[in-house]
Amino acid sequence: MTATIVPPDTIEAEPARRTAQPIPTSRLVKVELRKMFNTRSGFWMLISIGVLSPISAGSLLVFGLNSDVTYQNFVRASGFPMSVILPIIAILAVTGEWSQRSGLTTFTLVPSRGRVIGAKAIATLLVGLGAVSVAFAVGALGNLAGSALAGVDTAWDVSLSMALQMVLYNLVGMAFGFALGVVLRNSAAAIVGYFVASLVMPGILALLAQVRSGFEDLQPWIDWHYTQVALLDGATNTVKEWAMLGSTTTIWIVLPLVFWLLSLRRSEVK
Amino acid sequence: MITVESLTRRYAGFTAVDNVSFTALPGRVTGFLGPNGAGKSTTMRVMVGLTAPTSGTATINGERFANLPNPGLEVGVLLDASAQHAGRTGREILTVAADTMGLPRTRVEEMIELVSLTPTEAKRRVRNYSLGMRQRLGIATALLGDPKVLILDEPANGLDPAGIRWMRDLLTNFASQGGTVLLSSHLLHEIEVIADDLVVIGNGKIVAAGSKEELLVAAGTLARSTSPRDLAHALEQAGIPSTLASDGSVRTDADPARVGAVALTAGIALTDLRSAEGAGLEDMFLSLTADTQREGVAA
Repeated sequence: MTATIVPPDTIEAEPARRTAQPIPTSRLVKVELRKMFNTRSGFWMLISIGVLSPISAGSLLVFGLNSDVTYQNFVRASGFPMSVILPIIAILAVTGEWSQRSGLTTFTLVPSRGRVIGAKAIATLLVGLGAVSVAFAVGALGNLAGSALAGVDTAWDVSLSMALQMVLYNLVGMAFGFALGVVLRNSAAAIVGYFVASLVMPGILALLAQVRSGFEDLQPWIDWHYTQVALLDGATNTVKEWAMLGSTTTIWIVLPLVFWLLSLRRSEVK
Repeated sequence: MITVESLTRRYAGFTAVDNVSFTALPGRVTGFLGPNGAGKSTTMRVMVGLTAPTSGTATINGERFANLPNPGLEVGVLLDASAQHAGRTGREILTVAADTMGLPRTRVEEMIELVSLTPTEAKRRVRNYSLGMRQRLGIATALLGDPKVLILDEPANGLDPAGIRWMRDLLTNFASQGGTVLLSSHLLHEIEVIADDLVVIGNGKIVAAGSKEELLVAAGTLARSTSPRDLAHALEQAGIPSTLASDGSVRTDADPARVGAVALTAGIALTDLRSAEGAGLEDMFLSLTADTQREGVAA
């Protein structure tokens, strides 16, 4: 049954429509950046990066041997806390909208879900680049201080290729967290999923590779952790190695995101 | 203006909204009523693009919500006051919304003041807010962009009596300035006081729609007299069926003017004669939605 209301004293004057400008993407990115750090958890993750990175680099100063005093080691040390925290920041940037249900407001203010997720992806990338720059800067300071304290020559042993791979290592880690967040849309599930994929799964795949000789050749093509370690070590050099990275990235990041794109349009934001 | 046309939303094996059409007009407050699970919230969610319709359309001023360039400036939405990030402060939630819409930050302070949140409360995280405070924050978010259309799902929920009065005045003013208000509520008394038009939904279908006066006239007349039996008899003589309640009141479907005329001809002094309004909306609501009530209330 349908019905239409026809009240006797309707006010006919329709309010004049304002010519609203579409929301520019730059503004969305700015808003998403703010949202990553204006919650209690986001704030403390930012603080923990700022605090843990120097502590980690500092511990190398205190406990490291003279031979450890190299730029590579300091960058690794200051970057280590980030490699754990950055993916979680990426996860929460997405899942918060569902787990905390703030998506109800977000997606009514910006109905295009693709644009919101795109803005989140750009914001995540910016945070990743910023954090990695901090890791390189803290590492440089540590290296200067360490070589001065130990009285050895300051060793700047990070090549451009290695530096790029270290940056990529963090960005791929964040991208994986982001994809998990987008697919699972639940903070707890995505964080557990991330640690299963980065801590539990590599062990199982390594074991599998030992037991089945045929799997050994296949592993680098499907083991996300394997190519991550290669990036961290700056050991992704040949075309084949880059192809392996491309393969694991496609399996773990690109395919889930595409799947999400297909499912998102009609999904309900509850 | 909000226009809903033949809107249907099906879920696996059940139809939440079934071919619903209605219009909420500018300058009027439209009350959206229905029992739990009748499809009110689903209809509202489809209006703002959070749920995709199976068929049919919902438009705001002739435009699909998803096509609005900056929806916050045109439509104020409050669907669920609890749907906020618990780790953000009230002020931060408004700041994020204002930034998204491209509004100056001063607007945030104005809204905090408008909904009577104290500066201390605005600094607290939403986790620590009471339901009433969350509602106020939600209303502040909805009004932030100075929209011309409001879509509010149960906004009076959790508000204290002063808050309910404040909300009523706010919405009445909003409508009197030419705004469109669609508001759902279970608080029938609230709706009765505030709404100009009513849309009643049950089991996903519209069971009644019209101006409040029209719908409540249908609810009939309540009359009292020193001799209720005589009054009931006189009405029966005049061909008006009536029921005599144990408290001595006589209820009938006829309008008050007719009942008064009958009493006059019969020489019966009436002590009370009015549209059966007080309980009218509730009775109407229960009878219209009787088939869909969980409790199986027979009105």
